[in-house]
Amino acid sequence: MGLLSPADQEKLREAFSEMTRAVRLLFFTQTLDCETCLTARQILDELPLLTDKIAIDEINVVIDADRAKRFGIDRAPAVVPVWRDEQGAEQDSRIRFLGAPSGYEFVSLVQAVMLVGGRPSILSAASLARLAAVDKPVTMQVFATPT
Amino acid sequence: MAFANPHITAYAVEATEFPDLVRRYQVTGVPKTVVAVGNEAVEILGALPQEAFVEQALTPFTTDS
Repeated sequence: MGLLSPADQEKLREAFSEMTRAVRLLFFTQTLDCETCLTARQILDELPLLTDKIAIDEINVVIDADRAKRFGIDRAPAVVPVWRDEQGAEQDSRIRFLGAPSGYEFVSLVQAVMLVGGRPSILSAASLARLAAVDKPVTMQVFATPT
Repeated sequence: MAFANPHITAYAVEATEFPDLVRRYQVTGVPKTVVAVGNEAVEILGALPQEAFVEQALTPFTTDS
């Protein structure tokens, strides 16, 4: 039994069909003390059923702490979309989702996957020009709730 | 924004799951965005049109004083 309605599945299938590049979702999880890790995994598991362009790669933040640290992840659940460049090297999107991607966060996750999967940026030329001027490490944290 | 510039890392934080982060960044309403460079930070409350958001987020860090 899926978490998505047949209508939503169809919409997502159509959206994902526009992806030109495969995306892997690194799913950071832990076995103990993680109330929403299972929910997060269940939500993510819906996506590869809708397209062959999305795969899930589970990483335990306790057992594989070094790998988690490389992505700046110190808690679970967390999701990081990555892709492979033409040389086959893993490329970090530098987009991180902390917490189960349910409700509104799910919409944001789908948008992020589409972007990493080759959809053109929705940023205006003016915004992109502004962004190009950033030359030091910037961290942006957007706090949201599922509803 | 993170995808457009390699210097930027973006986190979408589910506020109800991480009360420690909510306390640390004094999140009293959502959406709230905290943009940080080193020890400096700027906060944006609520949602803004795209260009206004980019402007508010980056102006403190890209303009020479």
